[in-house]
Amino acid sequence: MAITPITERYWWKQPMDREEVIWILLSFVWCLFMFFMMPYWHVFGKQNLAHAAVKTSAESYMKKAEDGVAKWKVREETEQKIPVIAPPADADVYLVARLWSWWPILELEAGKTYKVHLMSMDWLHGFSLQPENINIQVHPGYDHAVTMTPTHKGTFSIICNEYCGVNHHTMISRIYVK
Amino acid sequence: MATNRNFRTCPSTGLLFHEPAEKLMRWNAVVGVVCLLIGGLLAIGVVLTRWQAVHWLTPDRFYQVLTAHGINMLVFWIIFFEMAVLYFASSTLLRTRLATPRMAWAGFWLMVLGAVMNNYAVLRGDSSVMFTAYAPMGAHPIFYLGLILFAVGALIGCFVFLGTLVVAKSEQTYRGSIPLVTFGALTACIIAIFTIASGAIILIPTFLWSVGLVPQIDSLMYKTIFWAFGHSSQQINVAAHVSVWYAIAAIVFGAKPMSEKVSRTAFFLYILFLQLASAHHLLADPGLTSHWKIFNTSYAMYLAVLASMVHGLTVPGAIEVAQRKKGFTNGLFEWLRKAPWGNPVFSGMFISLIGFGFLGGISGVIMGVEQINLIIHNTIYVPGHFHATVVIGTTLAFMSLTYFLIPVLFRKELAFPGIAKWQPYVFGLGMSGVALFLMGAGTLGVPRRHWDISFAGNPFAYEYPGAAWLMMALGSIAGLAAILGGGMYLLVTVYSVFLGKSIQTPGFQHVTARSNVAPRVAPSAPGAGQEAASIESSGHSAGFSAPGTFVMAMVFITAFALYYFVNWKYLSTVWPLK
Repeated sequence: MAITPITERYWWKQPMDREEVIWILLSFVWCLFMFFMMPYWHVFGKQNLAHAAVKTSAESYMKKAEDGVAKWKVREETEQKIPVIAPPADADVYLVARLWSWWPILELEAGKTYKVHLMSMDWLHGFSLQPENINIQVHPGYDHAVTMTPTHKGTFSIICNEYCGVNHHTMISRIYVK
Repeated sequence: MATNRNFRTCPSTGLLFHEPAEKLMRWNAVVGVVCLLIGGLLAIGVVLTRWQAVHWLTPDRFYQVLTAHGINMLVFWIIFFEMAVLYFASSTLLRTRLATPRMAWAGFWLMVLGAVMNNYAVLRGDSSVMFTAYAPMGAHPIFYLGLILFAVGALIGCFVFLGTLVVAKSEQTYRGSIPLVTFGALTACIIAIFTIASGAIILIPTFLWSVGLVPQIDSLMYKTIFWAFGHSSQQINVAAHVSVWYAIAAIVFGAKPMSEKVSRTAFFLYILFLQLASAHHLLADPGLTSHWKIFNTSYAMYLAVLASMVHGLTVPGAIEVAQRKKGFTNGLFEWLRKAPWGNPVFSGMFISLIGFGFLGGISGVIMGVEQINLIIHNTIYVPGHFHATVVIGTTLAFMSLTYFLIPVLFRKELAFPGIAKWQPYVFGLGMSGVALFLMGAGTLGVPRRHWDISFAGNPFAYEYPGAAWLMMALGSIAGLAAILGGGMYLLVTVYSVFLGKSIQTPGFQHVTARSNVAPRVAPSAPGAGQEAASIESSGHSAGFSAPGTFVMAMVFITAFALYYFVNWKYLSTVWPLK
């Protein structure tokens, strides 16, 4: 039994049951398949994250975000006057995450590609794009550039899905896709 | 110093209990159940707040309650109970004295102190940082210090377990190789030592940071090392509850492992690969290469998944073989139909096995795929997954073991047998509902650890689809059923242990000789009784002895593959990312 010591001398020489052998082989093949699916998707799939992130300071990242707002601001929204920026295709767009807001709001064009940078000014945040349901971790001090291509028009929401303190649930913004 | 060599033989099972080990097991199990009670009460707050129609607690209270619920359940309840399992698997199963009981008590009290300190810090209200406590979000220093003391105590328990193996070997209390369950417990112990070392590496600097002695903690470094502690501690659970499955199969059915070689190799794969899973929490993070992510998230080519799939076959397979020997040979599933479904020791264990495999295992592998993680990371799918692994898998397995331990270890009759009979079903099915509905809501993008998905009063409020709201409500209702099941467990165990009827055995008395008693040596030739069972403790011919289990395994792998491809399909429809 499994709760008593084994007293046979050469228990490891006992032959396996046939279903054990079949199951191990089948499981192993399935495991290998799942393993190679990930590199396969890097080559042939369209949804992958880049490796690289650049270590940088909150000040220098904020400066880049402010430059973007100065160049591409098209309007302001809400009482807080949050700027909406409409960057050209292939531009480097800097999105700031901080307690408890995203800044600025982005206005993108469907089918165009943008390099959206994500970084936090303070604690960890979570970039969660709804209803697409794309979820990316946002760290302080790591400028993470994600090349994204909106596929269809609409109003998308960015919610924070990494717990960041008592007003975490109020941290929400938008991406407009025209 | 005199060594206590007092033993008690359990009259109903023949198990041998060392007096200090028995007391330690009882205390660890009781304190574990107290933590389960605290965590269970807190679960009411979590469930009734995330059910948006009720939305009971205020945000600060909700985040505080969620923090305490997570830590009490994931860490304190489970590890206290695991200490009892370690002492049982070493001292009792090897019929030996426990090494250094005084050290074991020191470890126990350190764990109690740590748990109290950590709960106090959360209760203060300035440490609502969740189980993860991601720096640079800081908690009160007592929060970290409590966790550190708890971990040191658990580490002492691990070394007492290892010491007991050494004592048993040198005093020759058993012959041959250690039992499979002890081997599994040893696996859990080795993983635990790795886990606690990782915890020390990250929690000690974070504690120093919280008191101002270290200037800064890098968020990515914290997260990487924290999960070598946080995820690995869940891998201790896997090794421990798989051992408990094997133990219950042996206790209830007298089942022998189909092949010792296969089951032990599977445990060995856990030791080698299971801890790589820290990467599961870093797949959507910047700064780590895809090579690193792919190798680690897949436990190097899914070798630990392979191990779990093997246990998933061999545990029910062993039961099937034992049942067929008893004459339940009709068709594929008579052995299962005629299993003792009214015995909570068995029913809980079997629901734990199925729930862990089908709900927890499949979802865990799929959310651990580097790219698929993008559509799951930090959604409520994640709690859905781990309520299937840690709650249905570990907690329910431990609950079923308790029903065995109450008469054997505590020498009490099981109170309210009618409630005990239904408890695994209420708890297991309720928790399966929680897992399924939360996974459904997560697929629709509902975030975890979030007070208000209606975003009331926010100009940018996002409206989740009605199905997401429905899933959250159903998940909460299922959660209430699970809490009821937990309450039934607590009622039965607490009443039995403290108010229940003692089991009296005529002629039973404690021997009081404290020292100078020669160690018991296992008989050199296997004799009658206990040893007769161990003669044929492992395997048999290369036949096809568990066809019913094999069919269930085929159903499992089909479900696995289908759900795997559904998720790739879903991923392929979201915005292209590079």
